[in-house]
Amino acid sequence: MTQARGFTAEGGHGAVPTEGVPSGVEPKQRSVWPLYEVFVRGKRGLNHVHVGSLHAADSDMALHHARDLYTRRNEGVSIWVVRAADITASSPDEKDPFFAPSGDKVYRHPTFYSIPEDVPHI
Amino acid sequence: MTTDHDSAYDSLADEHGGDARWAFGTGFDDPLSGVDTAVPDGVEPADLAAYSLMLADDALVMSQRLTQWCTNAPELEEEVALANIGLDLLGQARLLLARAGAADPTLPGRLAPDLPHEDALAYFRGPAEFRNVTLAEGDNGDFARSVARLLIFSTWRLALLDRLTSSRDAVLAAVAAKGVKEVTYHRDYAARWVVRLGDGTALSHERMSAGLNATWPYVEELFVSSDVEQRLAAADVGVDLAGLRAEFDDVIAQVLPLAGLVHPPPENTVESAGRSGRHTEALVTLLAEMQGLARAHPEATW
Repeated sequence: MTQARGFTAEGGHGAVPTEGVPSGVEPKQRSVWPLYEVFVRGKRGLNHVHVGSLHAADSDMALHHARDLYTRRNEGVSIWVVRAADITASSPDEKDPFFAPSGDKVYRHPTFYSIPEDVPHI
Repeated sequence: MTTDHDSAYDSLADEHGGDARWAFGTGFDDPLSGVDTAVPDGVEPADLAAYSLMLADDALVMSQRLTQWCTNAPELEEEVALANIGLDLLGQARLLLARAGAADPTLPGRLAPDLPHEDALAYFRGPAEFRNVTLAEGDNGDFARSVARLLIFSTWRLALLDRLTSSRDAVLAAVAAKGVKEVTYHRDYAARWVVRLGDGTALSHERMSAGLNATWPYVEELFVSSDVEQRLAAADVGVDLAGLRAEFDDVIAQVLPLAGLVHPPPENTVESAGRSGRHTEALVTLLAEMQGLARAHPEATW
């Protein structure tokens, strides 16, 4: 696994590495502000969910931009922002060694247990 | 507890009308639900309508100016932020225009009898019938000038709405209670940018300072009550503008040193003009843009 240095949010898939990934497209320099990834916890959501990315000059501004961009429709009660450059992401090149081996391990799914009716969050 | 949490995600989807994409918001409140819309004792309906128009027009005209940043803001993120603030103010304007029409239907009835009061008042009054303060109508200028104006406007309006929450008119009190939360954020947004630009580079400081100085001559007017405002303040329905000055000065005195900006000298040259319908050329072009479509196609929907 390689740790990619550059990331982009173009395309709406969240942080995607731009270095060492053959894409056929020259990366665009849209802004000198660094990229942040945004995680929002909904009103009754159990955990923070990645909702998208934005550009901001610093963490404080990123938090305010996140409020304006991602909670306009009354979605959130809590926001996390993290610089995309601080995220260590898996690379598309390593898709097969990373994820394919779990594709045929059906016994790893909890389908062989009977679940009591009154157990929450399952 | 037990049935509610069989599946956390099911209950999220239920709460959101069955839409599994629960990140969409819901649970919006109607700020006027259950509010008594009767005109309070001892207040002329025409006075209440005129006062509601003043507060509505401040928000409506300011909203239109903020909207003009769409596709022009320096960053996409700021564009959305400014549009959000404009939409907040538009929401306040709609409720206040509707209040004006409900208190005294003669004006909207004369302008456009077939339209809802808020539309008739927003789209079919001429510039001389608008009652907004001059501060709101001036051109945007550059980004620094716009955030200087927004800081002054929202500091003033927050002080006003804060006091209006105890109005004897239940509708104005409810609109103010909703607006306080919104305008608190607007003031925070503007103050952050004033500090960031004022305390930034030599160029950003210069432009922030120029923006503040260009906006400052419109401050005095904010604290001069018209006859209508004085009467309604005396009846505990409106707010005495002079009483907002101390809070305004206090906030500005906190922000400017952080931004490294010099307090502009007091200007006493601007008399209260907007409240009596005397406006600058800037409002004429603003309204032409805002009202053109509705006037050309009064029945249009979109």
